[in-house]
Amino acid sequence: MSKADEEAQALLDLGRSVVERATAGGADVAEVAVHSGSHLSVKVRMGERELVEEAGSRALGLRVMVGQRVASTYTSDLSEAGQRTLIEDAIELARLSESDEFAGPPDPSELSSRPQWAELETFDEAVSQISADESLARSLRGERAAFDFDSRITNSEGATFTRARGVSALVTSGGFAGSDYGTYASVVVNPVADDVGGKKRSGYHWSASRHYADLEDSAGVGEEAARRTIAQLGAKKLPTQQLPVIFDKDAARSILGLFAGCVLGGSIWRKSSYLVDRVGTRVASDLVDIVDDPLFPRAPGSRAFDGEGLLSRRNVVVEAGVLQTYLMDTYSARKLGLKSTASASRSPSGGISSSTSNLILKANTQSRDALIAETKHGLYVTGMMGFGFNAVTGDFSRGASGFLIRDGELSDPVSEVTISLNLDQLLQRIDAVADDLDQRTAVASPTFRVSSMTLAGS
Amino acid sequence: MTGRYHAPFAEDGSHTVDAGIADRLLKIALEQGGDYADLFFEYSVSGSYAYDEQILKSARRAVSMGLGVRVMKGDATGYAYCEDFSFDAMRQAARTAAQIAAGGQPVAPVSVSMRDTPSRYPVSIESLDVDGEAKKVILERADRAARASDPRIVRVDASFVESVREILIANSVGHMVHDRQPLIRFGVHVIAEDAGNRQSGSSGGGGRMGLEYFEGRSPEWHAKEAVQQALVMLDAREAPAGEMDVVLAPGDSGILLHEAVGHGLEADFNRKETSNYTGRVGQEVASSLCTVVDDASLAGSRGSINVDDEGQLPTRSVLIEGGVLKGYMQDRHSADFFGTTPDGHGRRQSFRSHPMPRMTNTMLLGGQDAPDDVIRSVSRGVYAKKFGGGQVDISNGDFVFSLTEGYLIEDGKVTAPLKGVNLIGNGPEAMRNVVMLGHDFEVSDGIWTCGKEGQSVPVGVGCPTIKIASMTVGGTQVAGG
Repeated sequence: MSKADEEAQALLDLGRSVVERATAGGADVAEVAVHSGSHLSVKVRMGERELVEEAGSRALGLRVMVGQRVASTYTSDLSEAGQRTLIEDAIELARLSESDEFAGPPDPSELSSRPQWAELETFDEAVSQISADESLARSLRGERAAFDFDSRITNSEGATFTRARGVSALVTSGGFAGSDYGTYASVVVNPVADDVGGKKRSGYHWSASRHYADLEDSAGVGEEAARRTIAQLGAKKLPTQQLPVIFDKDAARSILGLFAGCVLGGSIWRKSSYLVDRVGTRVASDLVDIVDDPLFPRAPGSRAFDGEGLLSRRNVVVEAGVLQTYLMDTYSARKLGLKSTASASRSPSGGISSSTSNLILKANTQSRDALIAETKHGLYVTGMMGFGFNAVTGDFSRGASGFLIRDGELSDPVSEVTISLNLDQLLQRIDAVADDLDQRTAVASPTFRVSSMTLAGS
Repeated sequence: MTGRYHAPFAEDGSHTVDAGIADRLLKIALEQGGDYADLFFEYSVSGSYAYDEQILKSARRAVSMGLGVRVMKGDATGYAYCEDFSFDAMRQAARTAAQIAAGGQPVAPVSVSMRDTPSRYPVSIESLDVDGEAKKVILERADRAARASDPRIVRVDASFVESVREILIANSVGHMVHDRQPLIRFGVHVIAEDAGNRQSGSSGGGGRMGLEYFEGRSPEWHAKEAVQQALVMLDAREAPAGEMDVVLAPGDSGILLHEAVGHGLEADFNRKETSNYTGRVGQEVASSLCTVVDDASLAGSRGSINVDDEGQLPTRSVLIEGGVLKGYMQDRHSADFFGTTPDGHGRRQSFRSHPMPRMTNTMLLGGQDAPDDVIRSVSRGVYAKKFGGGQVDISNGDFVFSLTEGYLIEDGKVTAPLKGVNLIGNGPEAMRNVVMLGHDFEVSDGIWTCGKEGQSVPVGVGCPTIKIASMTVGGTQVAGG
């Protein structure tokens, strides 16, 4: 038995004991999530250590139902007194809540069990053994590479290497017991350059992986961070106009993230999404295919079972631009008269909601450069700012920075403009999708182009 | 003491931390050398209630507690925490944090003694100690008022969040200080539907107070605000795009100050020379109408604190006076660098995080103009009433805000409501373009949370009616085609 297995076993035992005590105390349904984790983070700045942080933590989240009355509690106090308060508070709060006819655990026949779970390679013990010295060296190398790349990099907001390890267990009175392990290591480099008029330009780049062998060398991350920072020097507004907009994969991922929030069952039954009543209709151009896939080995959002214990599965969300399904947990599925898509996520504090796992907009065959080259005049967006999105209506307007595209080439850097278009129209106006998808993030998209948006500037 | 939730490290707790224990732990923290060490004990409890579809659909409570130990050596910080208050666990955290100074000679901390604090939280009974039924009633009242107000309201949900954060701080310069920080936040959110058009509206508030908050602002008042916003938005038209005059409503618009100026004046960015306000103390950085303060002392405000998370006692810091930059917001580390005294801006999200310079209640003080005159002076522009949030790039001052309620101004009159408006600008430029200030200064109701480097803290904002000449409005309608 590995160390992580032993840890998982201890968490499962603790979970079982809390479930038993909660049901003995009056709960008709009890579900316990236990988490244990540790991390080490080393931040350097200007070649010196700035912050070294190391700690471990454990916490318990409990959701109970008394009849169809629901409450949840959370504690980081695992002492006997702490557990007692957790259970008593949960039952008392459930009695304060009012009966909700849609509340209830999943049907026991829907629950998954160990033999069904895919091996997703989310854990690598080697990551949790990375020493403080190696972490320091990786941070220093990243920052150094940014300074070495270009003499115009004159300052730094630092470089940080972090490694984290987590083990969690879920036990429910409905008969589910499962554990999940994960490791994660990341490096981020954040250089600063002096710009005209006393302004500065701050840029960054990052890399992350679950396995030691997949760790990108931080020097490469530092160089890319410097390249991005320098490229923005002298950025200016553009005149207000309508133009084609290309979103690089970071900006495209951010757009896909907005769509993700609107396709969740929880947003649909609350009518807090512009996608209400849109299954089977066109929600994007026919170049767009979107899947939610929790079964990608080593990906950030992978999981063998969902937050209610249902077996993870791949869901096709958009096919050739047509919405195929919402992503639902048991509750939102019941509210909508549908079946769960095994998309439940359980927060540490015990609440359940629908969520995405690895939400991916599928790559096409065209290269990013070819996509730029065929765009005579346009905006290439590399960064967005602000929160200008209304999920109920789909209205979208955010600050953007990037580059003017002139005659098929990236030219002047641009900042301090906004780009606006309703998200529904934005996705339907996607007229090109590139091939540069990567699996660094749980919501991932290749570069894509929107045929026309409003840019507000000078 | 009364009430149900008390810190284990408090005087009558199960793991009382007195000056003797604090001294021992600080000695361990400085065993390897180091310039400074502090201990941050925290016990926080929060409760939340979600009212939806005319029932109290769920109730939650969370307890989080631990000790964070910080050791500083030059510009380097060692940080570790533990989640129980056994001496072994606390010693281990102190030893881990001490590693930052590894190889140095032990340093003797100054023995701690307790400091008195002011009292800025006017709470008779902490909300967590009030029976849950009382909160259910408040949520029901909001729900009922919203539903009764208009048949186009198709959904209502309301929420109430309460917390208390008990902290004990001890540091190697001999300070020990205790505080118990209550906080409540109420919100109501509605959706209006008319002929297939759907819009949302919301309203909320709270602060460092108990349920007496609702004597000043009733649940019904908030419900009506939310309904009014959603109904107005049903008639909203596409917003203009381009540069024009912008008038900001008093109160909530202070969030613009928070983003445009506040973050850039946090001392860490200036110590590192990464802010566009670096090296500009004594210079004119805003129009001469502008005086900006950060004031932790407002009674009951969401951003107020008796003590910061480094054990310093904050007061009112003047940041900009008559347009001239007076100083930055300091934590201990930055104050050492600038050769000044820490002024109580060292805050952290929890015992799991190290402190850094943060805002409390950031405010642009009022001016001389009548609010109506400010609006009358604009021939074509935007009136910004409610904000959803904002973001700033510290390095160059560029900021963005989104409006949740905004109107067109035409010929000196507020006219049509606008959809999805964003304001984008540059902090120092926007501040130089402040051309009128109303005499109607207001502090925002307690809804704002500020994020920085992954840490969230509650803050307050405030301002009068403000006219900014020429800001970029990010709508979809390009003037003149």
